[in-house]
Amino acid sequence: MTGALSDETAQAWPTDASMADDVLVRVENLVKYFPVRGNGLVRRTVANVQAVDGVSLTIPSGKTVGLVGETGCGKSTLARCIAGLIPVTSGKVYFEGKDITNLKRRVMQPFRREIQMIFQDPYGSLNPRRRVGAIIGDPFAVHKTATGAERKRAVQDLMARVGLNPEHYNRFPAEFSGGQRQRIGVARALALRPKLIICDEPVSALDVSIQAQVLNLLADLQADFGLSYLFIAHDLEVVRHVSDSVMVMYLGRVAESGPGSQVYTKPRHPYTNALLSAAPAADPDAAASRRRIILTGDVPSPIHPPSGCRFHPRCPKAQELCSEQEPQLETKPGDPPAHLTACHFPVEAGENLADAVMRSAL
Amino acid sequence: MSLLEVTDLRVSFPTADGLVQAVRGVSFAVEPGQTLGIVGESGSGKTVLTQTLLGLTPGGQISGTAMFNGVNLVDLPHRQMERIRGAEISVIFQDPLTSLHPMYKVGWQIGEMIRAHDRSVSKAQGTERAVELLGHVGIPRPRERVHDYPHQFSGGMRQRVMIAMAISLNPKLIIADEPTTALDATVQAQILDLLLRLQQESDTALLMITHDLGVVADIADEVMVMYAGKAAEKASKRDIFYNQHHPYTKGLLESIPHSSAAGDRLKPITGQPPSLINLPPGCKFHPRCAYVMDRCLAEEPTLHAVGDAGAHRSACWLPASALGSGTPAEDLRRRTVEEGRGAGAARVARTIAAAPEAEGSVIA
Repeated sequence: MTGALSDETAQAWPTDASMADDVLVRVENLVKYFPVRGNGLVRRTVANVQAVDGVSLTIPSGKTVGLVGETGCGKSTLARCIAGLIPVTSGKVYFEGKDITNLKRRVMQPFRREIQMIFQDPYGSLNPRRRVGAIIGDPFAVHKTATGAERKRAVQDLMARVGLNPEHYNRFPAEFSGGQRQRIGVARALALRPKLIICDEPVSALDVSIQAQVLNLLADLQADFGLSYLFIAHDLEVVRHVSDSVMVMYLGRVAESGPGSQVYTKPRHPYTNALLSAAPAADPDAAASRRRIILTGDVPSPIHPPSGCRFHPRCPKAQELCSEQEPQLETKPGDPPAHLTACHFPVEAGENLADAVMRSAL
Repeated sequence: MSLLEVTDLRVSFPTADGLVQAVRGVSFAVEPGQTLGIVGESGSGKTVLTQTLLGLTPGGQISGTAMFNGVNLVDLPHRQMERIRGAEISVIFQDPLTSLHPMYKVGWQIGEMIRAHDRSVSKAQGTERAVELLGHVGIPRPRERVHDYPHQFSGGMRQRVMIAMAISLNPKLIIADEPTTALDATVQAQILDLLLRLQQESDTALLMITHDLGVVADIADEVMVMYAGKAAEKASKRDIFYNQHHPYTKGLLESIPHSSAAGDRLKPITGQPPSLINLPPGCKFHPRCAYVMDRCLAEEPTLHAVGDAGAHRSACWLPASALGSGTPAEDLRRRTVEEGRGAGAARVARTIAAAPEAEGSVIA
């Protein structure tokens, strides 16, 4: 039970009995459509951008769930729906067993303390005209939890905790480097001792040596505060490093999900295979011996996604069935129960998709 | 003779805060058909270096030479540089959306590029050539797409348009400045493949600037690692990845999450890169270096041959035979550091150890 909620609200809350204790967040069949309006007088909705289309996931307490996928696959939209920043079209989001989908502002307030975000761009996500101390102190001001000298002390503790010099309390964001700014973002997210931090590409804008510093910091904080992370990135090695389980998204749907070790070493979905083979490895011999699966074309528009399996127009293994019937996300024969794949013709052990790509190109 | 031979190139910019020493004496050569990868973090001077070659650093104080086909690019008059830029040396930038003009059709932009260098080409011929080029870089239905505006293309397709423009005049050298950084992994693979194919077709030399060691591992022949405006290490691709000498190169490689050690603690380089206005004395990497010795505080090492072959060069005081990440090399490094570390270096080493991964110097 969160201390943030008063007893009566807690009792009145619809709880989900099926939820295990150690699950912090459960998302059920989440759908988010953005309407595309016409030019006419009434501006009717003429189509929908199907950004997220039926995604389910669970985030266990104290664990990290990695979310990978290309630009436009809906991973950031999904994160914003979970954080309650944008209303969902349909589906449910449960936080510690309580339904927090589309709550009114005032009712949502206590949950906002529990779910925080770290954004990609350490330049864009900090107000350049405000001092660092004020930026990190904002959560205390918004939630009215600490004022005056107490707030300043709390902020300086946070700064020290994330590896910033507390004496730099009065500096502006411009006086910090990219990695240090990202630490400011982390300190701000940490201020109210949340249970879940959603990291949306937190290290994509950083150089590798600095990226490693921030990733280690996030790991330390998780160990110290028992945080859960939803970690979004397009860098597969980074996601593999931080995540306990991984979910691969394609065009608003889950292509494959499961424990990191499974998804990375025995990927079953052709898209996961292609993503993994395309990721550049800092190892020249591996790069030379590896055969990349080069996908043709771009990700289709989420306004008119392809019928059936959304990946079928780019898939080297696609057959007629793929364009007709949507594959279910399920455990394939031979996989552990936690490893789910949405594919009619999953990749078998020893199969080389690069050959299939060559054949389909002929 | 090399296609491009840069010798002791220095570029600095006078500012109100002091002199920014962006490039501090860099030498390298590029051969036809070869790819040189220049790796470094933000602020290491890699972009200033290549823009200077193209005469795109006005206001900079430049010294040194850059001989390209017998002419020195550094002191070339504006008019002559315009003739070379685009035609003999072309560039592919990181962000294709800002490097294409949003209000002109891509076909017109490619045609204009050709016509700017050869006025005898008519507009119709220019468009015709644009169609050919777009087809060549793998854009479907080029005859229709030539009439589209940049915003009608996806990121990967826009980068293909940039590449079409870059190869339109059969340049001898292509400078690619982070060409795939803004792209997704699967699209990045497509673009790298395309660059390799085009290079093989026409024996073009490629200067690939990137911070992504994965990209370098994929397509470079030779690699130059830059730190604080200078080359820290220069070697063949395999030597850089498997037999590196400079602690900075080693640190970069160790910072990358590796599949073999998922979940383990990463080994970042401590601190931040130095300000280019207030560079530390001696080796510019010493305030972050785990192998700091007394000598590093006072004297800046120059690039010298390490290992057996002369091609592998590193700017570090560690013994030339301390190569790679194996145990014998590490033992040798440790022994050298023990002998060479007096009170001064010990103090720096303690600072590094006491503030692991945290605060470096605050920039500006």
